Amino acid sequence: MTATVDAQHGVATSGAVDDPRRIVDLVFRVREFGIVAVLILFVAVTAVAQPRFVHTANIQFILVDTTIFALLALGQTLVVLTRNVDLSVGSVLGLSAFLSADLFGHHHGIPIAVVFLAGLGIGLACGVTVGLLTVVGGVPSLVVTLAALYIIRGIDVLVVGGGQVVASSLPNAFIEIPKKTVAGVPILAVVVAGVVAVGAYYLRSFRSGRELYAIGSNPDAARLAGIPKGRRVFFAFAASGAIAGIAGVLYAARYGTIDSTAGSGYELQVIAAVVVGGVAIFGGSGSVVGAAFGALLLQTILSALYVLGVSPFWDQAIAGALLLAAISLDRGIELKLSAMLRRRRTFARA
Amino acid sequence: MPELRRRIQGALRWEVGLVFALVGVVLFGISSSSQFLTSTNLFYLNLSIGEVAIMTLPMTLIIVTGEIDLSVASTLGMSSALLGYLYAHGWSIPLAIAAALVVGAAAGAANGFLVTKVGLPSLAVTIGTLTLYRGIAIVILGPQTVSTFPARYTNIGVTSLPHTGGYVSYSVGFFLVLAILFGIALHATPFGRSLFVMGANAEAARYAGLRVKRTKFRLFVLSGLVCAFAGILYTFRLSTAVQDNGIGLELSVVTVVLLGGVSIFGGRGSILGVVLAIAVFAGLQSALFLTNFEQRAMGVVTGSLLLLSVLIPNASTFVRRGRDVLRRRELRNAAVEPAS
Repeated sequence: MTATVDAQHGVATSGAVDDPRRIVDLVFRVREFGIVAVLILFVAVTAVAQPRFVHTANIQFILVDTTIFALLALGQTLVVLTRNVDLSVGSVLGLSAFLSADLFGHHHGIPIAVVFLAGLGIGLACGVTVGLLTVVGGVPSLVVTLAALYIIRGIDVLVVGGGQVVASSLPNAFIEIPKKTVAGVPILAVVVAGVVAVGAYYLRSFRSGRELYAIGSNPDAARLAGIPKGRRVFFAFAASGAIAGIAGVLYAARYGTIDSTAGSGYELQVIAAVVVGGVAIFGGSGSVVGAAFGALLLQTILSALYVLGVSPFWDQAIAGALLLAAISLDRGIELKLSAMLRRRRTFARA
Repeated sequence: MPELRRRIQGALRWEVGLVFALVGVVLFGISSSSQFLTSTNLFYLNLSIGEVAIMTLPMTLIIVTGEIDLSVASTLGMSSALLGYLYAHGWSIPLAIAAALVVGAAAGAANGFLVTKVGLPSLAVTIGTLTLYRGIAIVILGPQTVSTFPARYTNIGVTSLPHTGGYVSYSVGFFLVLAILFGIALHATPFGRSLFVMGANAEAARYAGLRVKRTKFRLFVLSGLVCAFAGILYTFRLSTAVQDNGIGLELSVVTVVLLGGVSIFGGRGSILGVVLAIAVFAGLQSALFLTNFEQRAMGVVTGSLLLLSVLIPNASTFVRRGRDVLRRRELRNAAVEPAS
């Protein structure tokens, strides 16, 4: 339900006449409803074909796996809204996962909260660097984050070498985090849902949140309107990095074994999730709730295919195809919508 | 005309810089190992860069028109996987090659269709197809490795081009021929000029009667075809078809093109610059290899090179912006003082 409430605000409406605005709202509500509908349909069909799919344990697995992607999708949404992209998140996640989990081996009895802070710090440092290079250097974020993807991964390789962190070196309390449930729902999923809700509220009701939409809708107009564009974009990258850092710690808790390839290729899945969730790749429209649902849908589909016996070799092809389908669909909606609005305006004038 | 002269001078300055960088890299290579200038090492250097070098050529044209193709390495991987799969299933090599080339061109056409007909940004499309084409390669081969190619073909990974003194690999031979063709097309034909116009101002190009969409579509098809060809060379050179062939090479390709002075915003660049950038890049890679630099961490070097090559042309804007900030602060202080 949150999806529908949020969709109304996820659109940078022009504030023109009341009627076209309602159409725009409606279309985007349908867009986010669509994800939920597809999700329900998918779960229903898979459940009929293979009842094992809706067992509590499996649903818990899906939810826990989704939390990591939903977090990454939240950060990515902030960036994509401003008409940028952050390809470095998978590498940041990997570096943070290793370095933070490695702390347990070097400092016995280190509080778990400190490890989370360390992950946050590592991610923030990466995000701040990327943000500075993008904003101050005046270089497209695509190039900066593509470079960062490989630089951070390379640093990871140099730090980790051939080694790895194994689950046995991690304290039980840490590994138990993803397994804890309340009323059958993983606590992690509840917490992440809360974080996403806070993100949605921020984007909906805070001035600086609205400004992210304005920047993505029309960067030049935003600048002329007095929006501190550089500062906002920098903030988006810093937030995305920090969130990826936290997600890295969760990854460590979830999988236990971390080598230098942890999280590689995640950036593509996250972008797929965000775009499937209705965030426009050109920026300026979309919501974090939609993005989180996109992540949930993607994980559900992958899990369903696995349960149905489709080889996991299909995973990447499906993620790519979904991404392309989603951006094509959005483009189609956009064209239809603008044609419809234009027609309305002509009628109104006549 | 002075505008043109300035632009030529500007471009030449970048290429002169690259020549100096090349000299620096060679000196670094010589100082780090006595092996650097031997024919064996230079041959391996050729081998390691050949496919990347070939893929930079269509990428240069695409970036000049203001678009980008991030799916190149996945297209290479997909054609390699297909070649291996078909050969393992009894196809003759020439037929399998033809099929791989056709699929490569089709992959490029799909990119072009989504960019020009559907009207999506090439960045988003090719991030999608980067995932999709690699995904298809994984579906085609799975965990399988095909390595039983006939020696007649895999020889390109061991022997050099005849009459080149053992220095030049087949892949670099193909690259040099293609570079001349691409150089002529970009710099000496109306077609090439039109690409610069599209990159500088797509709207103006359309009003000037240039077929922007059709041209871009063809460039994407060309890119797919050339990358499939690179995939075939890659497969035979390593005598291996696996699903992750060439993974991540898009970084090297984009890095070389931008290092060659092609503007990421479109409208500027030269094949000569790209060729020089390839030499610099390959030399640096080889020198680092000889110093036992961790190969899997090569991304640090490539990524930094990419950052440098986009930050340096922006350095002047960068300095100006910094000065603006300082000046504004001064003005603000000056305005505040009398009040207090």
